[in-house]
Amino acid sequence: MSGDHAPLSGSDRRFYAVLALIGGCYVLLLVAMLGADAAYTTPGHLWEALQSPEIRYAIRLSLISCTITTLLSLWVAVPLGYLLSRTRFPGRDLVDLIVEIPIVLPPLVVGLSLLILFQTAPGRALEKFFPVTYAVPSVILAQFMVACAFAVRTMRTTFDQLSPRPEQVALTLGCHRSQAFWLVAFPAARRGMLAAATLAWARSLGEFGPILVFSGATRFKTEVMSTTVFLELSVGNLEAAVAVSLLMVVTAVAALFILRHWGRETALGEPRRS
Amino acid sequence: MIAVEQLEISAGSFALRGLSFELPAGSYGVLMGRTGTGKTTLLEAICGLRRVHGGRIRLEQDDVTDWPPARRNVGLVPQDAALFAHLSVREQLGFSLAVRKQPADTIRQRVEEVAGWLGITPLLDRSVSGLSGGEAQRVALGRALAFHPRVLCLDEPLSALDQDTRESMCDLLESIQARTGVTVLHITHNRAEAERLADRILHLQDGRIETRHA
Repeated sequence: MSGDHAPLSGSDRRFYAVLALIGGCYVLLLVAMLGADAAYTTPGHLWEALQSPEIRYAIRLSLISCTITTLLSLWVAVPLGYLLSRTRFPGRDLVDLIVEIPIVLPPLVVGLSLLILFQTAPGRALEKFFPVTYAVPSVILAQFMVACAFAVRTMRTTFDQLSPRPEQVALTLGCHRSQAFWLVAFPAARRGMLAAATLAWARSLGEFGPILVFSGATRFKTEVMSTTVFLELSVGNLEAAVAVSLLMVVTAVAALFILRHWGRETALGEPRRS
Repeated sequence: MIAVEQLEISAGSFALRGLSFELPAGSYGVLMGRTGTGKTTLLEAICGLRRVHGGRIRLEQDDVTDWPPARRNVGLVPQDAALFAHLSVREQLGFSLAVRKQPADTIRQRVEEVAGWLGITPLLDRSVSGLSGGEAQRVALGRALAFHPRVLCLDEPLSALDQDTRESMCDLLESIQARTGVTVLHITHNRAEAERLADRILHLQDGRIETRHA
């Protein structure tokens, strides 16, 4: 459409115009939505929200829990994604199906299921030594259950798209399987890991349903940014709810921007696809 | 020497049964055959990358049928070179020696020696992303030669190269084999390439191998 491409004919222009119109409507709606949020609030409201100790606690807990969840998700997603992509084992299809469940399940059901799990005998036994339900670990666990599924799917796709051939060559060069993984597959999957981390972090930041059910919304304890929006809305404080929403938007966009920029930097020297 | 006796391999619905041939030590064997006859499958079995259901594979005096690829001492150059995208050319060449925990000096000397043979010394500190097809194949060849393999398996390494580059790669393969004495098994569809390089041409057809001296 620009640069050195061949000039467009009339029908080409109409084709691109229709694509741009359809796509543009969605982008416009998103921008309008965020613009409305921004117009509704004032710098004063934002400042006020940032001064509130409850909201500051929620922001801090959100940032910490999302980061821990992201690290945990990657820790699980890289090996599981690699196993699902590279190996054939009995029950593989079933495992594949199970790890997709959190993606299709309503988030509220994830929270309820976790709550019920921790009401079983093993769950209650664990809680005696390490309180989970309605405590900070429950926030991380609720975020992790959903975010990890997205990270696993991303890593599986990443390894699917990476040719196994370099790993096979590494085996002939003297590597064991684990060395071929760490020295060849793992570095080659770094862009996928960044994508999985971004997705896990963003999903965790926006997680609400499972946290509300499994962790509650106790101020100075299990309140994260998404629950703040809910709590402020429920007491009729729309200004604070919108201010925190905007903070979430800014935080999420900043995280996406940083990770994408970092992704581009580290992606320099990508393989020449021959 | 490569000796394959009554080999049975299956890959999905495809199977090779009762395959036998022998390639003497230091010879250059070219494996030919139509697409889908199992040439790459056979090469992978020799490298240890594919499970063998019956028969034996011997390299020199060793029966390597049940050995892992790392122990076989077989260098592999795939069609697409399959270079490690995150490593420089120097690191690719030294990879097998680093895995074997060789001293840095030994690795450096061997890398420079192999790079000299292949004419890629000026590329040593480059990343692999900007290499041409011919350069990438030279690096893949160097990577496979660095650890003194007893057998070199080449899977259509020249098929994606232009005529001039292909000619120079053929010269290079001839000189490398003369210099190292390594036994080579080279898959190609190109008859001229086969006639030029081969001591023996192995023709895989209908699950059988016919060998003839070139």
